[in-house]
Amino acid sequence: MTYLINSIQRVPQGFRKVLYFHWPLALLLTAVSSAGFLMLYSVSGGDFSRWAEPQLTRFVMGFILMIIVAFIPIKFWRNMSVAAYIGGVVLLVFVEMFGAVGMGAQRWIDLGFMRLQPSELMKVALVMILALYYDWLDEDQVSKPQWLIPPLFLTALPMALVLNQPDLGTAILLAGGAGVVMLLAGVSLWYFAAAGSSIIAMVGAILQSRGTEYQILKDYQYRRIETFLDPASDPLGAGYHITQSKIALGSGGFSGKGYMQGTQSRLNFLPEKHTDFIFTTLAEEFGFVGGITLLGLYILIIVCCFLTAVQNRNRYAALLTYGVAATFFFYFAVNMLMVMGMAPVVGVPLPLVSYGGSAMLVLLGAFGLVQSAHIHRAR
Amino acid sequence: MKHKKSPTDKDFTSRISRRALLLGSGQLGLAGVLGWRMHQLGVKQADQFRLLAEENRVNIRLQPPARGLIYDRSGNPLTLNRQVYTIEIVREQADDPEEVLRRLAQLIPLPDSQIQNVLAEMARRRAFVPVTVATGLEWEHIAAVSANSPVLPGITPQLGLNRQYPRGADFSHVVGYVGPVSDYDLSQTNDKDPLLLIPRFQIGKNGIEAKIEQTLRGKAGLKRIEVNSVGRVMRELDAQASTPGTNVQLTVDAELQRFALEKLQGQSAAAVVMDVNNGDILALASAPTFDPNKFVDGISVPDWNALNGNKYRPLANKTVQGTYPPGSTFKMVVGLAGLHFGLINERERVYCPGHMEISGRRFHCWRRGGHGNVNLREALRGSCDVYFYELALRIGIERISQVARTLGVGIRPDIPLPAVREGLAPTKDWKKRVKQEDWLIGDTANSGIGQGFVLASPIQLAIMTARLASGTQIEPRLVNMFDDKLEPVRGAEKLEFDPRHLDMVRAGMYDVTNHTRGTAYRSRLKDTVMAGKTGTTQVRAISKREREQGIIKNKDRKWEWRDHALFVGYAPFDNPRYSVAVIVEHGGGGSAAAAPIAKLVMEKAIELGQSGYGPLPSQKRNDLRLREEPT
Repeated sequence: MTYLINSIQRVPQGFRKVLYFHWPLALLLTAVSSAGFLMLYSVSGGDFSRWAEPQLTRFVMGFILMIIVAFIPIKFWRNMSVAAYIGGVVLLVFVEMFGAVGMGAQRWIDLGFMRLQPSELMKVALVMILALYYDWLDEDQVSKPQWLIPPLFLTALPMALVLNQPDLGTAILLAGGAGVVMLLAGVSLWYFAAAGSSIIAMVGAILQSRGTEYQILKDYQYRRIETFLDPASDPLGAGYHITQSKIALGSGGFSGKGYMQGTQSRLNFLPEKHTDFIFTTLAEEFGFVGGITLLGLYILIIVCCFLTAVQNRNRYAALLTYGVAATFFFYFAVNMLMVMGMAPVVGVPLPLVSYGGSAMLVLLGAFGLVQSAHIHRAR
Repeated sequence: MKHKKSPTDKDFTSRISRRALLLGSGQLGLAGVLGWRMHQLGVKQADQFRLLAEENRVNIRLQPPARGLIYDRSGNPLTLNRQVYTIEIVREQADDPEEVLRRLAQLIPLPDSQIQNVLAEMARRRAFVPVTVATGLEWEHIAAVSANSPVLPGITPQLGLNRQYPRGADFSHVVGYVGPVSDYDLSQTNDKDPLLLIPRFQIGKNGIEAKIEQTLRGKAGLKRIEVNSVGRVMRELDAQASTPGTNVQLTVDAELQRFALEKLQGQSAAAVVMDVNNGDILALASAPTFDPNKFVDGISVPDWNALNGNKYRPLANKTVQGTYPPGSTFKMVVGLAGLHFGLINERERVYCPGHMEISGRRFHCWRRGGHGNVNLREALRGSCDVYFYELALRIGIERISQVARTLGVGIRPDIPLPAVREGLAPTKDWKKRVKQEDWLIGDTANSGIGQGFVLASPIQLAIMTARLASGTQIEPRLVNMFDDKLEPVRGAEKLEFDPRHLDMVRAGMYDVTNHTRGTAYRSRLKDTVMAGKTGTTQVRAISKREREQGIIKNKDRKWEWRDHALFVGYAPFDNPRYSVAVIVEHGGGGSAAAAPIAKLVMEKAIELGQSGYGPLPSQKRNDLRLREEPT
């Protein structure tokens, strides 16, 4: 190997790229996705063709996409950032006007072979354009207020579009990903402190305004907040999902009830058991051990990304890798907080595990970008 | 790529690494919280959640037991568990319940009002809960419904058990009836049996059905079923069969009961026949009566109002719930007390001029001209009031009541029927306590002829007569057997009275029905000898004005004001077997209204008396048809 590595040029070319492909990361992604196939097979009650098979097909497609993206130089993707962002925004506006209504929200475009969710695409495009912006911007300028305006606008535009759908979960993930890129780009921590405290103040104001004539949110939105804070107050209504989800998680115990033995999911006590709440079935059937193992796999993926980013001296590539990793982290963290009753139910799927084509393809494509940054980093 | 700063700039990489470390530790911290939460839910509180998941999953369905049957002494069934077809509808399976019910109405009798009721009940319950549409259907209806099942989604015929009373009105007071359990019933009982929570589960509402409800009910079977989140049954986990209720054999004779009721027909009256040797209650007839079958599915309002508004009070079981002044039938008690306490002997005579002055008031004898000089036997025979005024004053109320209680008057009879009344053997303390008045000497005189405060129910009079006849403390016995378990005879011990004293009283009773001057001579038996005593009790004293207007005859007065007619007796005289007590409310004189009925009933009892007990209830087990599992 020493000879091989020495013989490689600073940036690998041609077949040598295969050697620099981040195989452990690809393996971890496959492992997590496999957990998804396993659980989708289980929640469908042993019907392979219902959810597991399409998911598997999309994983294969996504994996190929990842490899293709990985072997294209990161420079190309850097140059594509603006196009990706503009394309994402255009598609979001498009679903706004023509999108089909699914689950009460306009979220996807029917492409025939799959349903494309532009909001998924937007998560990556936003990270790309912010990484580009901070790559371009002189580092001394990042904390200047006038140079904060463009990234905030770039973030606010797609957030406004997805909130309009309405899709609070995606908006949170967009904000999280953008925030991480800005944080790592070196934006003064005081801005983050100020943003954090103003959010707290706003939440306070929203809760205080209830019942007054200046009431900010609708009544049903307040009820959702109440239900989140105390699910037991409405065990058969809105709190039902959270309560049943906790029951499923808890009843799994240490080692679970066994594969396909989860009564909560099999008897339909769990809501959205193949999408947002799939983690509860996993924890019910494989217990604490299964849950913590999946969490461990997720953390290893983040660690892989961080390790390659830290060694990457290309600012765009590093910021992009961190950004993708952070978005991925927010993905599973918000989902798990949600199903474990520690965050309101906002509709964030469990990445790579929940049933969903767009998320699978976009996530694997995004990891293709991470792979590209890894392969094409200067050594 | 041109950069204002080289991408390899040390400053940049160190800052980005520093920030990445900050971010990484933040993320690791959050991951730690996630892991901790998983541990909390899945390990620390796992037991609690496991229980909740199990509660989610498993439903327990009760399997109603077959109710115990009730038989008469010959083994004739007094109750049946009839198989009935019921039609149920499940809302979630019927696309349009209203349309389905309308189609159903063309096949079975189903009034519009019932359709509205069913729709209202369906709206109240969850979509998968079956709601009863119609009960008591014939096989043809079920066949029609089954044949049309494709156009009747959500409709299922069910087989259930319904209580039926084959003897109709004969035993409505004794056996009672069952009815659907009501919210009121639930609020009145501390019975925690989950069966009671089944909608329209039938429980005993009256009579023995109510009194020994828990014995008859049996034990519910359990079926554990797995249900999904909307409650639909997925599979049966395990089942435990129900235990049928205990069968009960009564001491009553269905034929004698019917005969007695026939004789009481048209009157507000009661008759009790009791075996003086073992206490068996052979007939416990209260008239008028009603059809208990009307109550089984819940009685209609017009029917209920008709029963409730009837001045003859058909709903009351007068044999145990009606208490009346015993009148002259109480004179045996007074006579026996006088002999027992040595205050009179059989030869001593009292002069009866037709009235007696007591503390300035005139107490009349029923015979205005008086009885002349009478001893105990003659006083009983002619029912001389003056003799017993005199005797009561000698004895005093406390000792009279003591003897009355020994003979069962004023003591609640221990029989398994609801609302059994205690009657009253008054004392000075009682009057002080209840009426806040002092006992007067006139009260004692009135008590001497069974008027005033003394109250007895027909069954108490039958017990009193049985004790006088047998000389034992015999207790009534209504239940012969619970399944195979024989109920003991109670009170076979001898009474504390001197047998000669008892004989003296019996001699008086003999004369009542067998001496030409006895008050019930016309009601004497032909083949055997019956001893007895008539009684006529005033419900309302004849006022001076009425006396002056000449309205002294009963039939001239309003029904409610007429006298009660009573008769007690036993036969055969030399070897007593049965005692009988008859009361006809507002029937007039005891000798004219009550004694003839008692005579007929006693003759019938003796005629039927040769037959013993029929088959044991346990041998009748096959009569119980187990309720089929609802599917």
